[in-house]
Amino acid sequence: MAINYDERIPNNVELSSNKTLQRALEQWQPSYLDWWREMGPDNSTNYDVYLRTAISVEPNGWAHFDYVKMPEYRWGIFLAPGEQNKKITFGDHKGDDVWQEVPGEYRSTLRRIIVTQGDTEPASVEQQRHLGLTAPSLYDLRNLFQVNVEEGRHLWAMVYLLHAHFGRDGREEGEALLERRSGDADNPRILTAFNEKTPDWLSFFMFTFATDRDGKYQLASLAESAFDPLARTCKFMLIEEAHHLFVGEQGVSRIIQRTCEVMNELKTDDPAKLRAAGVIDLPTLQKYLNFHFSVTSDLYGAEISSNAATYYTTGLKGRFEETKLADDHKLDNSEYEVMDVAGDRILSRHVPALTALNERLRDDWVTDIQSGVSRWNRVPEKLGVNFKFTLPHKGFHRKIGMFADVHVAPDGRLLSEAEWTHQHKNWLPSEEDRLFVHSLMGSCLEPGKYANWIAAPNRGINNKPIDFEYVRFN
Amino acid sequence: MNATMNAEVQAQERVDYQVDSTAYKHWKVGYNGAVATLTLDIDEDGGIRPGYKLKLNSYDLGVDIELHDILQRIRFEHPEVRSVVFTSGKQKIFCSGANIYMLGVSSHAWKVNFCKFTNETRNGIEDSSKHSGLKFLAACNGATAGGGYELALACDEIFLIDDRNSSVSLPEVPLLGVLPGTGGLTRVTDKRKVRRDRADIFCTIQEGVRGQRAVEWRLVDEVVKQQQFGERVAQRAQELAAQSDRPADGKGVILTPLKRTIDSTGYHYEFVDVGIDRTARVATLTVRAPKAVSARNAAEILAAGVNWWPLQMTRELDDAILNLRTNEQDIGLWQLKTEGDAQHVLDTDAIIIANQSNWFVREVLGFMRRTFARLDVTSRSLYAVIEPGSCFAGSLLELALSADRSYMRDAAEGSNSVSVSAMNFGLLPMVNGLSRIEARFYQEEAPIQAVKAAIGKSLTAQDAVALGLITVAPDDLDWDDEIRLAIEERAALSPDALTGLEANLRFGPGETMNTRIFGRLSAWQNWIFIRPNAVGANGALKLFGSGKKPQFEWQRV
Repeated sequence: MAINYDERIPNNVELSSNKTLQRALEQWQPSYLDWWREMGPDNSTNYDVYLRTAISVEPNGWAHFDYVKMPEYRWGIFLAPGEQNKKITFGDHKGDDVWQEVPGEYRSTLRRIIVTQGDTEPASVEQQRHLGLTAPSLYDLRNLFQVNVEEGRHLWAMVYLLHAHFGRDGREEGEALLERRSGDADNPRILTAFNEKTPDWLSFFMFTFATDRDGKYQLASLAESAFDPLARTCKFMLIEEAHHLFVGEQGVSRIIQRTCEVMNELKTDDPAKLRAAGVIDLPTLQKYLNFHFSVTSDLYGAEISSNAATYYTTGLKGRFEETKLADDHKLDNSEYEVMDVAGDRILSRHVPALTALNERLRDDWVTDIQSGVSRWNRVPEKLGVNFKFTLPHKGFHRKIGMFADVHVAPDGRLLSEAEWTHQHKNWLPSEEDRLFVHSLMGSCLEPGKYANWIAAPNRGINNKPIDFEYVRFN
Repeated sequence: MNATMNAEVQAQERVDYQVDSTAYKHWKVGYNGAVATLTLDIDEDGGIRPGYKLKLNSYDLGVDIELHDILQRIRFEHPEVRSVVFTSGKQKIFCSGANIYMLGVSSHAWKVNFCKFTNETRNGIEDSSKHSGLKFLAACNGATAGGGYELALACDEIFLIDDRNSSVSLPEVPLLGVLPGTGGLTRVTDKRKVRRDRADIFCTIQEGVRGQRAVEWRLVDEVVKQQQFGERVAQRAQELAAQSDRPADGKGVILTPLKRTIDSTGYHYEFVDVGIDRTARVATLTVRAPKAVSARNAAEILAAGVNWWPLQMTRELDDAILNLRTNEQDIGLWQLKTEGDAQHVLDTDAIIIANQSNWFVREVLGFMRRTFARLDVTSRSLYAVIEPGSCFAGSLLELALSADRSYMRDAAEGSNSVSVSAMNFGLLPMVNGLSRIEARFYQEEAPIQAVKAAIGKSLTAQDAVALGLITVAPDDLDWDDEIRLAIEERAALSPDALTGLEANLRFGPGETMNTRIFGRLSAWQNWIFIRPNAVGANGALKLFGSGKKPQFEWQRV
């Protein structure tokens, strides 16, 4: 029986006429659905969820909103529209035509890049799979599921590239992406941050705010790639990624708002009293920010990286908004400032810009994340609460790079082992803090109701009201 | 400046391995019944490249190309020849080896390719002695130095003239700061069993060893007084001839000039074609099966003669390999393909095996063996590409077995197949003496027996994967991309590292004299050849003949 591929898998890659891809995806899709049933959101297969589905790449109308059971979600394959005569914009191949096929020379490197990116997508679904049981509202539950299905679609996008361009090796990597498990000691996900737990909703919001933002910067630099199918795939993924960042930023913002409201009601900033009133005190939120900021920071890798330099020179991975930067796009002679630890001091030094591309991307991310934090700070300000969230120093609580072997306080002071042991509980969530946050988690699933520790949003999804029945449990 | 000049010269002038057998520049060939006498009388001004004179019977590639041609003609055109005498047409000098000035002006790649070809020619002498009943006697009627002694070492016996002056020597270390690179060091020990401490002395003294000591140390078999030398050599040549089973009344097969076209796209023959993609740095070498099998017995085979497919195909393949090696040094990857009816190849294999005792069939088989063995020691990446319409069967399967990797299209309904024949089990050994199947499976019994049991079967891609005969079998959908990527990926890797890698992987455990020559000796020589102590401004090879003393860097590495 003829299968209507375009119906089953919305796409703009001419799937219905590409036998190689059809076969590959036919084999992969059942495994993917098995994975989703096993590792996707817990106990959710029968829910009708009000989700958006990507159905085209048209700027107006790329998404369609409707109720859908998640296993029946139409995980589509979309590449941003191609440009005629597109040229490579950086590195040794600058000025050449972009590649529509993988050059054999870079095959394994590109595959590694795609696999590493692809691995984060199912990982975060796995990390978040139990959160549905403790959702603070239907609205938030729906947002969680939206993020989950889109991470799933992003996995599809990466697997599409592996299948379409990397032959048998690509198919094997596609299978392996479904076999690794977040946090599994024997078969973990590739990056450390994606093996951490996302135990509660505060962590989820922080994760989508900070770590999905790393995803944005990785995707943005891959969207510059000389390998055009990768560039176009990532460009389209970025459209969806924006919503994930919104979920995180707005989620934390609503927690801040709720806490400030209770502070005003009780006229106190005493954490104990606030906790007794069932909200998360602002210093605890700051600790969570410190944690997620530092752990995500490590995802960019070492400050000085020859791999990053090679990726750039060979045209595989550009800088954030490469084409908007005014320089030679080759970086043969330019420098970049990185921090370094020399004895008991942190100083900065200039290094060849090519080797500092990880650091540069991290700095771009820090700037972006700082804007988000500044927007959070408007909430207490508006409610008359005197509190400002700040980002910790770049060297704080790092496991990778220049600062891996030293201890740095959030304000940038180098600390002795003893000082760190003595003080780190003031800066990072303690077991007690986590237990407290955990104690607040309980499901609140009546339409229009929101858990006590988080404010309702200003408006709903797709112009629906905030008491809309975003999820039907059947 | 030399290097640049040399590169330009090489770009302009293609080396041709086909020479005019009626007008050798450097050799005189005398046929006298069962004995052929090859007299080395090198034309000083006849170098294959400008810039040096071939003094003192010293040779270059051109001299060796002639030797290769002569040996081939003895094998095929002169079945009555049973022993071959090497001697010199110069006074007091047999041969002083490779020309040092030629080495001095040559690129590293040229030197290595030159040494490889001369090694193969000398191995071919031993191969003919072992398999074809041709015995070789070096009649060293004067100083026998370096490559000259190495040529003698390739012979079955060495006679040195006792004129109170002439010696055999390997003076490379003390004189030039390099090694004797054409198997000399290895043959002194492995073949002649010269005790290692004596070999140590022998290889570090310029003047060499002569007289009775040369015999005592096993460096030569006999020393013969000047007056008796000619007579003794003639006598011994006849004795050696008597051991041979070559046919006194055999009618030779004349090696007529190869029909070929060379153009910008490659090298084109009747059964072999080489297409070259210079941008991708890839050559596609295609060997075609015969269109029909007509000659079925010895008489019919001899009647077909030079046009008999196994001979003509092998001549063409040999020429193609030598051309690609010498004239296409940037073409780093060869795709090996075949075309035609596999059954014709298998039928021909059966005919060869049935007629092995015939001198001509034996020579053709030997030629096939030596030519396929050239592939094993070729410093290029070899990918066999097995597609529907190909004929990787029996002897032609050896092409795939010699490759570093083989890609076989897993085509629909088994329309692509390979097959093994008895030819794959010992008749076409590699230089390590093992069949490629034995070597492939490290002589483990079970997989070899499994392949043997498949003789006579047409093996699909999946069968071939299961038997371990091929590397991978991409299906129709994956095929184009897999091949493109595999080739592009390979072409991007360091050519030096690949040469080393391939040489290491092609020959498994177990050494023979020949693998030691191609492996251990060549690897060390290659290293020494690029070190400052040899080729630096004050290196020994560089300063040779200038009267200046080399300045060594004393650090031991």
